[in-house]
Amino acid sequence: MTSFLDRMFGRNKQGSGATAKDRLRFVLQYDRVNIAPEKMEEMKREILEVISKYVAIDSDRVDIALEQRDRDHSKIVAEIPFVGDSKKPRITTEETEGSVDDDTKETTDTDIDENSDNVEPVEETKSVED
Amino acid sequence: MGAKVVTITSGKGGVGKTTTTANLGVSLARLGKKVVVIDADIGLRNLDVIMGLENRIVYDLVDVVEGRSKLRQAMIKHKQFPDLYLIPAAQTRDKMAVSPTDMIQVADKLREEFQYILIDSPAGIERGYRNAVAPADEVLVVTNPEVSAVRDADRIIGLIEAENKGPGKLIINRLKPSMVKKGEMLSADDITDILGLKIIGIVPEDDYVIPASNSGVPVTLNPNSRAGIAFTNIARRITGEDVPLMKLEETGGIFNRIARLFGSGSSV
Repeated sequence: MTSFLDRMFGRNKQGSGATAKDRLRFVLQYDRVNIAPEKMEEMKREILEVISKYVAIDSDRVDIALEQRDRDHSKIVAEIPFVGDSKKPRITTEETEGSVDDDTKETTDTDIDENSDNVEPVEETKSVED
Repeated sequence: MGAKVVTITSGKGGVGKTTTTANLGVSLARLGKKVVVIDADIGLRNLDVIMGLENRIVYDLVDVVEGRSKLRQAMIKHKQFPDLYLIPAAQTRDKMAVSPTDMIQVADKLREEFQYILIDSPAGIERGYRNAVAPADEVLVVTNPEVSAVRDADRIIGLIEAENKGPGKLIINRLKPSMVKKGEMLSADDITDILGLKIIGIVPEDDYVIPASNSGVPVTLNPNSRAGIAFTNIARRITGEDVPLMKLEETGGIFNRIARLFGSGSSV
């Protein structure tokens, strides 16, 4: 995490300690649910295939990721926007079981993981599970 | 059923399990406790050398389990602390010579006579680890501030929980405060964030540790050693005493204090 002083003195380059933390977070998410990253990719493809049979999805904005509150609470969070009209509802699916979290793909320079996935307007997404 | 059985494990090898066990054993004995330390690393015994007791071994854990010796005969009394004993591992056998049930039985026989039974687990997640954890009332997970050690610690923590031995407590060994300060090492806070386990102690990297094992005198007996003090503090916490984590660096400067105010202070 870059602090105020770091930024003030231009030391905002991420040290390798922070890199280690990011990398560990990523790898442990997959370790804990025992799904290899490639398997996860395969699953994503299949999920999108199924949904694409019924609706046109905006593949550029698809976001399916493992999310993890702690060791025992993992889930897959998927945000799958339809193509075109952004006022239309988006399909959001969640599953419990195994998940990892997704900040890794978004950013490497923050570790505020609470709401880092809200880079895009996602107000109308609904969580099926909590 | 007096004794508390504490198993020291890690997943990864070389992070300091044996050093930790030896130092906690000595520290607890110095605090006046009756302690027995057991080397559960069958085939790769080392706790004896770290404690300076290698010359006195006649019988070992496998001899006890297989009935060639009485438990009492395999217990080596420490030179300096008459209430500290070591049960060495066999050097010429493998981990299959002992079962988790054997370990529970051995620990149960010792419980009445001692206050603390420390078990030094081998690295890995197989039989040797399961032997070591089977009788545990509490598990201490030793890790280093490195990706490989933390990853393996996470695996072990999962296994400990699966066996209902959780949650376990974390010892971060060989931390270098100066590197943490520069952002080039995982901090203790980073590691607890990642592993979600409570810290029972942080042991700084310390040049006194190797000379201590060279001479078979655990570093906690060296009053100049920061690591030694850290181990003593962990022992006191094991006994239930509330000892605050020690400050690992000089924090007097105004700059440091300001830096901390803005969140970049090093809380190691």
